[in-house]
Amino acid sequence: MPYNDNDTGCETIGREAPDQASAHGGDQPLTPAQLRSSRRIFIKGVISSGAAISASSYVFRDGVVPGAHAATAAGSVERLITLNINGRDRRVDVLPQETLAHTLRYKLGLTGTKIGCDHGECGACTVISDNIAVYSCTTLSHRMRGRKIVTIEGVEGPDGKLHKVQQAFIDELGPQCGFCTPGQVMSAVALLAGNPKPTIDEARLGMSGNLCRCGAYDHYLNGVMRAAGEA
Amino acid sequence: MAYQLLGKNFVPPDIAAKVTGRAKYSEDFRAEGMLFCKLLTSPMPHARVRNIDASEALKMPGVIAILTPDDVPQFPDPEDLILYKEPYYVGAPILAVAAVDELTAANAIEKIKVDLEPLPFTLDPLDSLYPGGPNARTNGNVANVGLKLQTLKWDAAAFAKAEADTLPLGTPSESWSYGDVEAGFRDAKVVVEESFVTASYAHHSMEPRSAMAYWENGKCFLHGSSQSQSFMVPGMARYVGIKPEELVYIAEFCGGGFGSKGTPYPIMSIPAHMSKKTGRPVMMRITRAEEYTNGYGRGGFQGWVKMGFRADGRMTAVDMYIVGENGPNQGFWDFRNAGEAVSVVYQPLAMRWRGTSVLTNTPPRTAQRGPGENQTASAIEPILDKAARQLGIDRLAIRHINAPDNQGKVGAERTPLTSAYVKEALEKGAKLFNWDERSKRSGQRKGSKVTGVGIGQAFHPSGAHGFDGLVRITPDGKLHIHTGVGNLGTYSYAATSRIAAEALGYDWKNVIIERGDTRRALPWNLGQFGSNTSFTMSRTNFVAAEDAKKKLLDIAAKKLGGAPDDYDLANEKIVSKKDPGKSMSFAEAAQEAISLGGAYSGKEVPDNLNPMTKGAVALIAGTGLIGVAKDMLPFSGMPATFTVGFVEIELDLETAETRILEYVGVTDCGTVIHPQNLHHQVKSGGVMGIGMARFERYVFDPKYGIPLASELYLSKPPSYLDMPLSVQADAVDLPDPQSPMGTRGMGEPPLGASSSSLLCAISDALGGHVFNRTPVVPDMIINFLSKQPQAHRPLQVSTV
Ligand code: FES
Ligand code: FES
Repeated sequence: MPYNDNDTGCETIGREAPDQASAHGGDQPLTPAQLRSSRRIFIKGVISSGAAISASSYVFRDGVVPGAHAATAAGSVERLITLNINGRDRRVDVLPQETLAHTLRYKLGLTGTKIGCDHGECGACTVISDNIAVYSCTTLSHRMRGRKIVTIEGVEGPDGKLHKVQQAFIDELGPQCGFCTPGQVMSAVALLAGNPKPTIDEARLGMSGNLCRCGAYDHYLNGVMRAAGEA
Repeated sequence: MAYQLLGKNFVPPDIAAKVTGRAKYSEDFRAEGMLFCKLLTSPMPHARVRNIDASEALKMPGVIAILTPDDVPQFPDPEDLILYKEPYYVGAPILAVAAVDELTAANAIEKIKVDLEPLPFTLDPLDSLYPGGPNARTNGNVANVGLKLQTLKWDAAAFAKAEADTLPLGTPSESWSYGDVEAGFRDAKVVVEESFVTASYAHHSMEPRSAMAYWENGKCFLHGSSQSQSFMVPGMARYVGIKPEELVYIAEFCGGGFGSKGTPYPIMSIPAHMSKKTGRPVMMRITRAEEYTNGYGRGGFQGWVKMGFRADGRMTAVDMYIVGENGPNQGFWDFRNAGEAVSVVYQPLAMRWRGTSVLTNTPPRTAQRGPGENQTASAIEPILDKAARQLGIDRLAIRHINAPDNQGKVGAERTPLTSAYVKEALEKGAKLFNWDERSKRSGQRKGSKVTGVGIGQAFHPSGAHGFDGLVRITPDGKLHIHTGVGNLGTYSYAATSRIAAEALGYDWKNVIIERGDTRRALPWNLGQFGSNTSFTMSRTNFVAAEDAKKKLLDIAAKKLGGAPDDYDLANEKIVSKKDPGKSMSFAEAAQEAISLGGAYSGKEVPDNLNPMTKGAVALIAGTGLIGVAKDMLPFSGMPATFTVGFVEIELDLETAETRILEYVGVTDCGTVIHPQNLHHQVKSGGVMGIGMARFERYVFDPKYGIPLASELYLSKPPSYLDMPLSVQADAVDLPDPQSPMGTRGMGEPPLGASSSSLLCAISDALGGHVFNRTPVVPDMIINFLSKQPQAHRPLQVSTV
């Protein structure tokens, strides 16, 4: 199960200012369920006042586009950092609140890492940080300085030979639509790195942080067991 | 019949890209100067936009443009719209903002003042049908494809007559019947009558439907997320406001659709409109929450059924009423498919179906994997078990006696099925599962755990005809199969390409599949939905291969003498039957076709081709031998596909935890093309069925109409930990007579077979209690066991 490496900063992303919890403009207090699930969207529309609600978490700055460096939101100043990705040091400008998924996909062109939810729910964005599977969508890029990050682009051998997990996923016809596949590969690689001979129950648990809407679980699991057998 | 390729496993050509991350989905494309757009969506379930004030937003540095409903085409009620002036659901897009980056666009959205006038809304069809009840739209509460938007209210008397837990049977919008239904009930030994609810729930495709677009030389280039390829083009062109030939549509990979990306959908056109307005490429990334409200959902049912049975279990009569919950727009005809499914799966001697399709201010609906058929399986199969118990007959026997065979018929028209081997599927499944032994474990206790076993059956129509096939043999001898069907993720685009290769005797290594981009010369094909690909595309690829074969034989006769009949195809050569020394390779024939021109090289094409196919051939004319034809093979009746499921569970009576110990799925889908993949579909469709049976449902705040289950952790698609501990799949593998090599699709019924068998097993574990509701969540089981009332009202939709 990918470990959610998220202890600083990230917490504030996507949360509105606490004083707006009561600003719903209705005559009844909102129920906890309403508050939990949809406070922000509800407030935004019902009061439609343009109140300063912080930008949602599903945004990023793009360094490619001219003008992108203009700081349009308070505090969103990019800093040049070095990230070690797939064995290479990469210099990249990142925002304080920028997630690793965004840095990989939009700053470094590593689009093999997918974003299915951006909320730490699905595992499509799984990468490996120092041998541990992490959700890159809820990991701040700044936190990854000094770590070794491996993405789906980095699991093949130097000669382009597929990793045994990738080959096993082909042999077992693991993927269907393939959108969850890079994340499944990364979780399987991390799982086998820590536990080269898992039981099927351990493998199932180890993979359980990766959703697959296509329901390809049985074939992925067979792939993990096949790869383990070929260790 | 022995085939070279069919029935054998192969590695689909796109799988390596998937495991390496090289597969590019729509959000993976970048273009020079690309802008990003964000949507402002409705916070209310029904409202009217009185005013939009974007002045502050447009002043922000980096903000380039705003797109409002006035900037985009509008479409007749009750179609899905691109941008809504009168949003009918929370999350309906009202406007879009483009900026140099996404953060700026999102900040700009926060600065826009939208003045909304709240309007009455409804979340429950029965509320809307009640006299004086709210309508989802100002101009009506009932609509569907082929059912005009109108207002329908039932008599208060219809509501008064029904018990609280019984569906009121008011005026239907549609109905049909065959046979003498009343006589059927009179002749019955047992009659069961139940009302039921099946929950609506989101498709939740893993890939949110992001899209990117730009314009070049008067053409719109659109990178979209769709199950289908060619089938998307006319509809997307309409949404963009251009002619189909002005759209270049690129969709090589699709991160799951399950029906929600099978046909053109309007929000994909937003970046195209924005790009036109700004003169720059535009990327629109869709969030998970936006995917929930704009990524469609499965329609729900409030239903009622009465079924009569002879002593031997044969179904004498069915009377069925379905109130379909259809979302706010045109939606989908799940409600009709319910009646059709019952008429097919149980072949009742007489049947009446009535129904209506009611609008609610919830996310738009479209087909989801077995739309209507799979809800029906989930609702009806447990009731069938109830009848079997009352009759004192085995649950396998009651299915066997009613199962369709090759004499099976459909609906009021009594349309024949092309073939049906459900009895064989049941027999095979029972053997694999060991039903005779396992069913004895029903109700056995081990501590707090009790065993339940169940059987489920599901159906879907599975084929169409009349589409165009296109193949090309190039002078290097390669066979190019141009397929416009799309790439949903099931690999059936590749499996059905093997039909053409098989027909021409090609070595699979020498076959190239051309797909995923209009510029690759793609013919007019049906989309990838409705379990149809393996039937429809087998026919189209077959007729194209036959055309190529005819041309190969012609060319040999021209060059080597004699008549075309004197030759045969073997090992990618045209060989004289009499003198095997006299031959010419496909490569030489392709070169010859180019010299001959005319129809041989695609310079001339048959008149009956679709204009899109003619355009595709024009792109490749003169580059090889062209095989192109419209599928005019004989067609009659309905191709139908079936799956049966057998399941054993262990249900914990203290926690309601349900573990699936064994699941067996057997499908009847004609000749098997790709066994490994077929098994995959049976199992993975089965996983979605677990979600339908046990977890997934729409939940809305009753006061504000706000979705409360939009996140994945709340809507609960099944995970690794929910899958069966052991699972087997198989197929009957008997050919369909109307498919040239006997093949037929099967993607949808595995869901319903799994869901219904699981619900039957839960019911079995609980001594035959039928909940008449999907999903059966743990607290329903606990409430039942502790004799507490359920948390939901009878017939309530959107339960918490
Ligand atoms: S995208 Fe990171 S967990 Fe879903
Ligand atoms: S293969 Fe489609 S989501 Fe996993």
